[in-house]
Amino acid sequence: MPSAPVAKKSSRTPQRVASRAGRRAPELIFGDLWAFDPAPESADPKLKPRYDLFINGKFVAPKGGKYFDSINPANERKLAEIALASPADVDAAYAAAQRAANGVWGKMPGRERAKYLYRIARLLQDRAREFAVAETLDGGKPIKESRDFDVPMAAAHFFYHAGWADKLEYVAPGRRVAPLGVVGQVIPWNFPLLMCAWKLAPALAMGNTVVLKPAETTSITALKLAEIFQDAGLPPGVVNFVTGAGDVGAAVLNHPTPAKIAFTGSTEVGKIIMRSLAGSDKKMTMELGGKAANIIFDDAPLDQAVEGIVNGIFFNQGHVCCAGSRLLVQEGIAEKVLAKLKARIRTLRVGDPLDKNTDIGAINSREQLTRIRALVAAGVKEGCAMFQPDCALPPKGFYFRPTIFSGVSMSSRVAREEIFGPVLSILTFRTVDEAIEKANNTAYGLSAGVWTDKGSRILKLSTELKAGVVWANTYNKFDPASPFGGYKESGFGREGGRQGLLDYCKLI
Amino acid sequence: MLVRSPQAALQRLFDEVGSVDQIGIDERVVKYGTRSVKKAAKLWGLRTAVTMVDLTTLEGKDTPGKVASLCQKALRPHDDASIPPVAAVCVYSSMVRHARRALGNNSAVRIASVATAFPSGQAPLKTRLAEVKAAVADGADEIDMVINRGAFLAGEFDRVQDEISAVVTACGAATLKVILEVSELETYDSIRAASFLAMRVIRPGDFIKTSTGKTSLNATLGNNQVMLEAIRDFYLDTGVAIAMKPAGGIRTAKQALTFLIAVKETLGDAWLNNARYRFGASSLLNDLLRQLEKEKTGAYQAPYYFSEAAESY
Repeated sequence: MPSAPVAKKSSRTPQRVASRAGRRAPELIFGDLWAFDPAPESADPKLKPRYDLFINGKFVAPKGGKYFDSINPANERKLAEIALASPADVDAAYAAAQRAANGVWGKMPGRERAKYLYRIARLLQDRAREFAVAETLDGGKPIKESRDFDVPMAAAHFFYHAGWADKLEYVAPGRRVAPLGVVGQVIPWNFPLLMCAWKLAPALAMGNTVVLKPAETTSITALKLAEIFQDAGLPPGVVNFVTGAGDVGAAVLNHPTPAKIAFTGSTEVGKIIMRSLAGSDKKMTMELGGKAANIIFDDAPLDQAVEGIVNGIFFNQGHVCCAGSRLLVQEGIAEKVLAKLKARIRTLRVGDPLDKNTDIGAINSREQLTRIRALVAAGVKEGCAMFQPDCALPPKGFYFRPTIFSGVSMSSRVAREEIFGPVLSILTFRTVDEAIEKANNTAYGLSAGVWTDKGSRILKLSTELKAGVVWANTYNKFDPASPFGGYKESGFGREGGRQGLLDYCKLI
Repeated sequence: MLVRSPQAALQRLFDEVGSVDQIGIDERVVKYGTRSVKKAAKLWGLRTAVTMVDLTTLEGKDTPGKVASLCQKALRPHDDASIPPVAAVCVYSSMVRHARRALGNNSAVRIASVATAFPSGQAPLKTRLAEVKAAVADGADEIDMVINRGAFLAGEFDRVQDEISAVVTACGAATLKVILEVSELETYDSIRAASFLAMRVIRPGDFIKTSTGKTSLNATLGNNQVMLEAIRDFYLDTGVAIAMKPAGGIRTAKQALTFLIAVKETLGDAWLNNARYRFGASSLLNDLLRQLEKEKTGAYQAPYYFSEAAESY
């Protein structure tokens, strides 16, 4: 550590041509001069060694007596045992939901339902740290995200829909609304608690009862939420959780009881579900995959755009259906943006998700890690230029370095397929029309980003991009009041806002 | 014909150096505050921050006696002799000779003098240059000048730059710190533009500085970030390393650490020293000492252990 004096200046005339031929280009040093000590979040996640099914307001053992392990993807250690539901358990769950729908919840005045939802939201806030740690342990996402995004946002969804519950006559002006009855829901592993809240809050506010299946790798926070339902005195059967893998999900979705099916997950599975439900009178909403374009024009504030790109693709290790995984950069600034991106990525911290300084945590499962590796290998094979920072990864657990592919063509697999990992593909464009064409040239249409200083261009793109959400000069912004959902193979139906509520009611 | 107006001139400068999105910057800097710095990393950060302090007194009521006690505090911030001295004392030009007398000629602590009709800069250029020369002659190692904000806002960029160049010449061997007075520039776009105007005429190792500390809004993480990014872009473009000094409003150790995290993640390790980064502050030093003492003993010490007083040290 040098003490005070400043080095004497040798020359009055500064060298301003350091990047010219013969001299090394100036570089910034992001080394370990000031290495941060580990800063693990220490709150107790209060995990039980074994989680049963949550049916009719009680935790019950599965009829088949089988359990499976839920592991921590950060170190591959077992966290808890989760009950494996059998078809008989799914029947029991639907029977309980049907009784609750007919007996109490469907008939209860909206203002009374609101009290339960407010109570759930507040109890979740009370236990926010505990839930954040549990979410991070179970799913691998960095604690700063579960603490600052997942848990507060889940509570916000309950608060928002609690506010609607006594105002439902205003959801569809001129029409009256009635609950659908029982709803079957299947949610993914990328935002376990938040997806639970997204799905449950509007359904409950509208007077429906629910059978929900969490993803098999991330069931714990849903079952912890069940504890909150018990504490809140939610009538038995209003929410039922059945846990297990795809076959349990199929049992939930193909059951004759539900009047509506809501699914969030991959496009591949979404198509299977739609095939199996074709011809039935069940309502459906599908929130499926995405391959969002993040479009950077040459007049954009570049540093903030780079920040948005990083947030768009590396948030939650890229396990985000609306991740900005295709970067479209205007040709003139492509090199500059790439250089800035590389520099920024070198300061991202990859590692223990429980460490408060971790920016990128663990990949959710070995299966997903294998998939990411395969697609990245395909990108390399197709001749795309790959960049990864040389950060160290923990020896155990599922980790993947943030990855950028440049020189990607529209036909590359890394530009077409949803990778669902921290992998960004960079393409270039010249004109606005070309940007729109390239952005829309995908089977998906969930979200898009536009970065420019020009307001008129934002308005033009927001109408011409075939995506459910278009973010302008920002990315990954969510609010319970803002409807979210896709075009084309990204699904249909909206979640959040008035539109989201309309998907959970009958109009009379 | 193109309109010749201050707005048009500003627009051309913005086009050249690029614009800044305010919401984006404000979101970026919030993330620095969520970094958790513990144990050895915290100690390193606190000690480094001590060595970066420009211990400042800029009052109408400053006296030679007060400046002498400030110098004493700067040399030996705490009873604990392992605490390093601060980078510099920062005083009005009339106080430079008193500071020089108190510190002697081979001091570890440098003397910085505000000059150029600080804080407004509203004096004829000749007067301002004369003040710079006088301060250097009295023994100032560093000169903290203010830019001509009126000229900047009127779009007279050549005049702003020419005046800075004149001060560079008047400084001789002294280091120059160019105060942009960010609160009077109003927008992040202007702060970035003004940073470039200054950096193009000052020397490697000279500073750009946020503020005088005499207006309502001083150094914030946001304007610090805008200037750090300007320094980074200028460095990568030209190879010229400009130093940075946020001043005013940084009162707590926690704030200082957050500013340093911004430096670490924007400019990297080469800027984590007092030749490249300073804090213009007065009450910050004692909070740094308080936190260092807390790390050592595990308990917070009473204020009277830190030679703290409202009027002087």
